[in-house]
Amino acid sequence: MKRLLASYETFVFLVIVLLCIIITWVNPNFLTLENLFDLLKSYSFVGILAIGVLFVLISGGIDISFTAVATVAMYVMAVIIVRYGGNMLTAFLIASVIGIILGMVNAVIIYFFNIHSIITTIATLNIYYGLLTVFSGGKWIYALPTWFREFTEIRVFTLTNANGIEYGLSIITVIWFALLALAWLILRYTMIGRGIYAMGGNPTSARRVGFDVLRLQLFVYSFMGWMAGIAGVILALLVQTVAPNSIVGKELDVLAAVILGGASLTGGVGSLWGTMLGVALIAIMGNGLTMMRVPAFWYNVFIGLTIVISVSANAYRHKRKKKRAIAVEIE
Amino acid sequence: MNRKFSHTTILALVMIGILLLMWALNGSQFLRLGNFQSMAFQLPELGILSLAMMVTMLTAGINLSIIASANLTGIVTALILTRFVTPETTGAASFAIVILAVGAGLLTSAAIGLLNGFLIANVEVSPILATLGTMTLLNGVAIVMTKGYVISGFPEAIRFIGNGQILGIPVPMIVFIACAALMALLLTRTRMGVSVYMLGSNPTACHFSGINNASVLLKTYLVSGLYSGIAAIIMMSRFNSAKADYGESYLLMTVLASVLGGTSAAGGFGKVSGLVIALVILQIISSGLNLLRVSNFLTIAIWGGILILVMVINYVSEQYQKRRTA
Repeated sequence: MKRLLASYETFVFLVIVLLCIIITWVNPNFLTLENLFDLLKSYSFVGILAIGVLFVLISGGIDISFTAVATVAMYVMAVIIVRYGGNMLTAFLIASVIGIILGMVNAVIIYFFNIHSIITTIATLNIYYGLLTVFSGGKWIYALPTWFREFTEIRVFTLTNANGIEYGLSIITVIWFALLALAWLILRYTMIGRGIYAMGGNPTSARRVGFDVLRLQLFVYSFMGWMAGIAGVILALLVQTVAPNSIVGKELDVLAAVILGGASLTGGVGSLWGTMLGVALIAIMGNGLTMMRVPAFWYNVFIGLTIVISVSANAYRHKRKKKRAIAVEIE
Repeated sequence: MNRKFSHTTILALVMIGILLLMWALNGSQFLRLGNFQSMAFQLPELGILSLAMMVTMLTAGINLSIIASANLTGIVTALILTRFVTPETTGAASFAIVILAVGAGLLTSAAIGLLNGFLIANVEVSPILATLGTMTLLNGVAIVMTKGYVISGFPEAIRFIGNGQILGIPVPMIVFIACAALMALLLTRTRMGVSVYMLGSNPTACHFSGINNASVLLKTYLVSGLYSGIAAIIMMSRFNSAKADYGESYLLMTVLASVLGGTSAAGGFGKVSGLVIALVILQIISSGLNLLRVSNFLTIAIWGGILILVMVINYVSEQYQKRRTA
């Protein structure tokens, strides 16, 4: 119980609760099922990307190229389904394969040439995105098939609000939650999951203990690529247009959400629960400001303040803990 | 031949190779004076911003807020200029206001640098997190101050900084050379410079050799902030406008240029000379391809490719030398 109270995740959770109370106090429409389902649908894109980023951060690396991977997967998928047709399954399959391959390219460069992951992925971000824009000519794709449009409307269950407008839990949210469950199983119950934590904590010991670091690296970066591929399809479903420049540039926003959730950049630390709280915090803040009729241009000020304050509070706590530990040693 | 190939030698060879390649592809057009002049106008912005990035990377940190800080500095300067300079303002008065505005801008960027430094040195937030936060915050403040609009229309005196020439050399280039030289002096000839490298290679050892780590970090981020402020003045003067989201694509480019120039992301290693060669390589590629009418995006892709290529050459030559000495 004491550990639960002291954990960083609990702190974020309390901030979210406080935020919800303030927003609901100003605008009661905030705390309705309709708004909740709406948020869960529109933030599934960020949520899915955050899962992948969390895996990479736990493993002790970082990936900046995921926005470009998502864009390439989304664009190629759209070109193929527009030209040759298909169904939802093929759309996800195409995007997944592309995402996994591009992720593997990252892993191979990082592992075999011993290049830092941030450098590798900054380079591949530019390569993937640059080449895509050259080959696509920067053209937007609007004419997506009808079945692609209809898929977005599927709801697991449907409710009706006072004005007779239907709403409910979207299939897109279900996909997000299914991926979350899968990621949770991997991290918690598989050898690979334990290996990722071990590698992030200390790569040399992980190797000594007998983990195959190359295979773990390949897994982590292709998993990130896979998430990026699926997130690409989800974004195309949400906005129903495919633009080569719609995602690149947002990499630090997703990273911010994961970091707000308590993942450490030095590896070995981070939880799905925390990551989802981080995404929720960003989502609620954005939505809440709109609900409270705060002009949109204040948005970044609040997000920025939240990041600065929360990372400072966390760092300060660590600093004090360290000092106390040293004091004990001296006694 | 026992001397090992240094990163700078490899870079210089790559630069000559690319220069020859672009010359071969473009013919005499590439070697015209005008082409070099236009390169000399384009390079300084990215160059000064890269210096701002590099100095933090030497301490094993990073400064993600340089672009946001540059934009905010530009906006502060622009707001003062547009508020106080009217068509009736005389030459001398307008000159005084320009000095005041630039001073206020640089003060802003220094304050931002100190804020980053305080968070990183005193609160002990990891640099990537602290500057990610301030990046978003500063960008937000810039948007609030401008409501997202462009501020434009500056007096002649300020436009000279970005577009003028002295003896045929563009003013931004002169500013860049001065900044690079100052940075090189700071890093190699001063107590602080030596501390920066030591802190980057091993903070614990640095602490026990009697160096105040926190004060070195604070100064590092102050310098980084000031350099982004100088870049801001050049940027706003070249575009003749200021806005909250100019130059966002520069951010990752500055990391790319620093790393290409031999700055280690893990800290402790990197020279200004390497960075300058790296910037020249990037600029030759971009100008050369531009003359060939190749898409800008292909240039971006090629920059990424060059970065990986140089890192791979580095790695291979290191392995080769290790084997020979063994």
